[in-house]
Amino acid sequence: MMVRMKFMKTGPVKFIGHLDIMRFFQKAVRRAGLDVEYSQGFNPHQVMSFASPLGVGLTSEGEYLDVSFNSLPEKSVAIKTLNDAMNEFIQVTDMVELNSGAKNAMASVAAADYLVSVKDGYEFLTINEFQEKFNRFLLQENITILKKSKKSEKETDIKPFIYAYAFTDREFFGADNRKKSVAEEYDNGVKIYLRLSSGSVNNLKPELVTEAFCEYAGIPFNEYAFQMHRFELYTQTEDGRYIPLSEVGNEA
Amino acid sequence: MNKLALSDEILMTIDKPARYIGNETNMVVKDTKAVDIRFCMCFPDVYEIGMSHLGIQILYDMFNRREDTYCERVYSPWPDLDKIMREKHIPLFALESQEPIKNFDFLGITLQYEMCYTNVLQILDLSGIPLLAKDRTEDDPFVLGGGPCVYNPEPLADFFDFFYIGEGETVYNQLLDIYKEHKAKGGSRKEYLEKIAEIEGIYVPSFYDVHYKEDGTIESFTKINSHAKEKIKKQVEMKLENTYYPKKPLVPYIRATQDRVVLEIQRGCIRGCRFCQAGMVYRPVRERSMDFLKEYATEMLKATGHEEISLSSLSSSDFSGLQELVYFLIEECNKQKVNISLPSLRIDAFALDVMNKVQDVRKSSLTFAPEAGTQRLRDVINKGLTEESILNGAMQAFNGGWNRVKLYFMLGLPTETEDDIEGIAVLSDRIAREYYTIPKDQRNGKVGITASTSFFVPKPFTPFQWSRMDTAEEYLNKQHFLRSKFNEQLNKKSIKYNWHEAELSVLEGVFARGDRKVAAALMAAYKEGCLFDSWTEFFDNKKWVKAFADTNIDINFYTSRERDEEEVLPWDFIDAGVTKKFLLREYKNAKEEKITPNCKLSCTNCGAMEFGGGICFLPRTEEVNA
Repeated sequence: MMVRMKFMKTGPVKFIGHLDIMRFFQKAVRRAGLDVEYSQGFNPHQVMSFASPLGVGLTSEGEYLDVSFNSLPEKSVAIKTLNDAMNEFIQVTDMVELNSGAKNAMASVAAADYLVSVKDGYEFLTINEFQEKFNRFLLQENITILKKSKKSEKETDIKPFIYAYAFTDREFFGADNRKKSVAEEYDNGVKIYLRLSSGSVNNLKPELVTEAFCEYAGIPFNEYAFQMHRFELYTQTEDGRYIPLSEVGNEA
Repeated sequence: MNKLALSDEILMTIDKPARYIGNETNMVVKDTKAVDIRFCMCFPDVYEIGMSHLGIQILYDMFNRREDTYCERVYSPWPDLDKIMREKHIPLFALESQEPIKNFDFLGITLQYEMCYTNVLQILDLSGIPLLAKDRTEDDPFVLGGGPCVYNPEPLADFFDFFYIGEGETVYNQLLDIYKEHKAKGGSRKEYLEKIAEIEGIYVPSFYDVHYKEDGTIESFTKINSHAKEKIKKQVEMKLENTYYPKKPLVPYIRATQDRVVLEIQRGCIRGCRFCQAGMVYRPVRERSMDFLKEYATEMLKATGHEEISLSSLSSSDFSGLQELVYFLIEECNKQKVNISLPSLRIDAFALDVMNKVQDVRKSSLTFAPEAGTQRLRDVINKGLTEESILNGAMQAFNGGWNRVKLYFMLGLPTETEDDIEGIAVLSDRIAREYYTIPKDQRNGKVGITASTSFFVPKPFTPFQWSRMDTAEEYLNKQHFLRSKFNEQLNKKSIKYNWHEAELSVLEGVFARGDRKVAAALMAAYKEGCLFDSWTEFFDNKKWVKAFADTNIDINFYTSRERDEEEVLPWDFIDAGVTKKFLLREYKNAKEEKITPNCKLSCTNCGAMEFGGGICFLPRTEEVNA
C-alpha cells in the first residue's frame, strides 16, 4: 500500500539537506519497526519518494513523501510510532493511503504556499514601506527576471506564476482557516505570504521573487536577510482547484 | 531546544552545517544546571571522522549514565568555520548545549593518530583555553588526553593537565567522584591533580621532570611531586565480556565515515606482529560473550535504524565464536535487510561462504595485508601470512567469482633489501598469474589488483621501538625503485600501484617517539598555520620544515637513529603490560628472522599475564586454519 505522509521540518533541522533527510526517514522507519516495503534485487531499498525537495535553510510544515508499506497499524498509532523514532524538529502530521494509480507526490505538485519573513537584524524597510513597495512591485504588468540555468540565461516573466499574496495570515488563508504555524517569528514583523507555481513545469522559488523585489525597489539583495517557510504543497484537480497533497486518496 | 551557537548566516555560508548543530538521533539531553560535572569529549578531527569513533560512543554512554554528569561532544571545526570563528571571536562550543567549552569542568581529547596534534592546539585555541597547562587558571577546564597515542604522551606533555593511560572503562568514575567532592570543597587545580595522580593509570606530566644528556637523549625522568607514581600502569578492562557498551549509539544526520552499527567483538590480538602497536598494547586478548553480542547487535540495529553492521576487532578470524555469531547475524539481518561487513577476515572456506551470503559478489574486493614482499621479511615482522596461503585464498575467491584484490604493504621495514621491495611487485604479479590460469570462458573478465604501500613508522611498545626509520629521501627512492619493478611485471596492466606521502610519515615518526622537546616544533607549526595535517589538501610540509628549523629541532634525531638498548626512552615510565625485556627479545628474534608463535599456540611470556585474565589463562589450542 502506498501511503502519503505530511511532515514538518523546523529548527536546526532546516540546515539538513534533502539527501540527508531521505536517509533520516529511512533510518527512522527502521527504528519505528514499521512494515515497510523493500525493492527486489541485490540492494534492497525502501520504496520512498519525496514531493518537492526543500532547500537548505527553509523551514516547512507542508512536506510530503510517499512510502510503500506492506501493512500499517491504524493512522494515529502509525503516526505516533514514527514520530517517537524521530525528533521534535521533524514530525509527521498526517498520513493518507493513496488509491492505486494515484500520481506520485512529485508529479502531483502544482503550487505552494510560502511565508517570507525578514530576519531580525536584517531590516531594510519598515512594515509600511515594505507592503507599499511590494504591492506596487506585484501590480506590474510583467515581472521580468534573468533566469540562470546551467547552460544559459534567459529572460522570464514570473508574474503569471505568482498566484496570490497577502501581508497577514487572516487575509491569506481566510479568517476561518488560520492555524497555529511552526514558522519562526521575528520581532520586526516584516513579512509576506505568497502562493507560487511549483512542481516540475514552472517551479518558482520564493527566493527568486524576493530577489526580483529587491531589484525593483533598488535595494541590495542579501540572500541571508530572509527566512522562507513553506506552509503547504498543492495539486491541481481536473476542474482546476488547488487542493493540498494530503487530500488525495483515503485516510490511512 | 538550545539556541544554536552559530548564526543562520554563518551556517548557510559554510560547508556541511550539520557538523555543528547537534540534535542527532540518540543525543543525550540534560539540564546543564541540574548536573555537577560537565565533561566535553573531543575528537580533534572533522565531525564525520569523529562521529565514527567507537571509543567516544562508549564513553559518552558511560558518562551519561551518571545523573550528576553531562557528557557532550566537540569536533574540529573545518577550516572554513575555523576562519570565521577567529575573525568574529566566536568561542568553540559543544554540540549538545551549544555552550562554550570554556564553561566545562573537563575537556577530554582522544588522541588516535599523531597527525591530529595541531588540531588539538586548534581546539584549545578556539576554546580560549591557554595552550600550555602551566598557564591555566581555576576558570579553565581540566584538559585530559586518552587513546592510543598516550602510550607516548611526551610530545603533548606541556599541553595537557593529565593523561588517562589505557582503556576508558576502569577509573573514570573515580576521577569524576573525586572531582565532585573537590568542587564542593573548593580546592585548587593542583590539589585535584595531586588527588588523581594517586589513581592507577593517571599521568600528570607537570609532576615529573626530565633531564637530557649532551647528545639529546634522556638522562633522567624523575617525579617531583610526592603524590605522583613512579610507574603509570596501563588500564585494562578485564570484565570485557559484558561491560559498558552503548545500546543507543548516536546517529548523525550526515553520512559519517562509519555509517553503520559497530560491534566490538574482542579486544587485543593473538598474532604479535612486530610493527603493530595495537597488537602489543591491547593485550591480553579478551572476548565479549556470545549472548552479550547477540543482544547488543539486535538492540543497536533497532535503536539506530542503520542498514549495516560491522564487526570490529584487530583480527576477526581469531574470535572463537565468529561462525556462530556471523550465522546468527546473517539470519537476523536478512530479515531486516541489513548488510554485514566483516573487515579483517582471513580468506578461507567459511569466509567465502559468508561473503557469498552477505555481499554482492560483483562489488566486493578481497583484501590481503602481506605487509612485506618476501617470506624472509614477513618472518622478520612476524606476519604469519605465507605466499602459499595468499595464493590459495585468492584462487578460492577467483573460483567463486571475485576478480578484484587489494594488497597492503609497508616500505622501510627493518632489514629490508632491494629483493624485499621487488618482492612486492613479484607477489602482486603472481596473484594475477594465478587468476589467468582459470580458462578464459570460466573467468569473470580481467583481474584488478591494487597494491598500496605505506611507510613504516616505528611505534613505542613494539619490538621495533629501537629501530632506525628511513628518511623521506630514502623512502622516495624505494618507492621509485618499486614502481620500476612493477613496470617489469608480466601483468603490469592488471596492477595498480598506490603510495603514501613520505613527508607525513616522517613527521608521524617524530611525534610517535618524540620527547617533551618536540612540543616547541608542534607549537611553531601550529602558529605557522598547520592544521588538519592528515588531510592531503591541507598538509603543508614547508611550514613543518620551517617550524623544526626555527626551533632548532633535528628531525633525524627522532627518526633515522637506531636507539641503544641502554637508552632511556621517553615512554619508559609507562607499564603497558608487555615488558621491555620481551620487546627486546622480540627485536632480536626479528633480526634473526625467527618466528614467534601466536598466543593461542603458546605463551611467550610477554608480561600481559599480570592483568590476571583473558587468553593468558585459557588452555592452548591447536591452530585452526593458520
